[in-house]
Amino acid sequence: MERKTKINAEEGKQDLVITREFDLPLELLFKAYVEPEIVEQWMGTKVLKLENRKHGSYQFETTNAQGSVVFRANGVIHEFSPDHKITRTFEMENTPFPIQLEFLEFEKLTDDTSKLSMHIVYKTVAHRDQILQMPFAQGINMAHNRLQEVVSKLA
Amino acid sequence: MNFRRDVFQALADPTRRAILMLVASQSMTAGAIASNFDSARPTVSKHLQILTECELLKPEQNGREIYYLINAKKMKEVADFIEPFRKMWDDRFNKLESIMKKYPRSRRDS
Repeated sequence: MERKTKINAEEGKQDLVITREFDLPLELLFKAYVEPEIVEQWMGTKVLKLENRKHGSYQFETTNAQGSVVFRANGVIHEFSPDHKITRTFEMENTPFPIQLEFLEFEKLTDDTSKLSMHIVYKTVAHRDQILQMPFAQGINMAHNRLQEVVSKLA
Repeated sequence: MNFRRDVFQALADPTRRAILMLVASQSMTAGAIASNFDSARPTVSKHLQILTECELLKPEQNGREIYYLINAKKMKEVADFIEPFRKMWDDRFNKLESIMKKYPRSRRDS
């Protein structure tokens, strides 16, 4: 199977780069990052706040079937350049993980295809590797799945 | 203690990475490995011990000598380590793509 999403994480470095090519025009790719109701759908989390501007902030929240919060994250947007880039911080609330810095670059490939590159910088190498650890990623996916259960019951 | 963190700590050291590169081509004795480095022999032994403890290297008795060889299974595990994280983003981006493909044309230019 083709691996559309690629991750470049070099050993001993405190950053990584996620890249992905989309069968979408650049404008639509960027829109998916800007419109709260669309972000909610693909991130699988509720968007409490999303201010798309320099010095704006955002906040996401995921609740389980019982309604308790299983994941909450927030950050501040430092650069916002439509169809071009977003630079922001990302903080997971109530976790020991330090704030990370994210550089998102959106690029037009053809009229119908585009590319996203997400460069994430962590506080230390150890923090990056911890965040990459399986139980953590699964934790988020579980929150994700639980949300999907709720949504499918509502439908 | 999480073994994964240990593996990454083991890999974070440049000498230990060099040892793995060396042993990847052929199994070697501690002496042969040490002869490739300027470090003192006990330092190299310590590195070999760490690499063996986190199972990146496998010691194998061959007559009176101990040969170190690379543990391919463990190395693959390290490569796979990132896979759940990649998969999580891949799932999200697949979803993003399918949602935006259905995005109404009439609203596209707004």
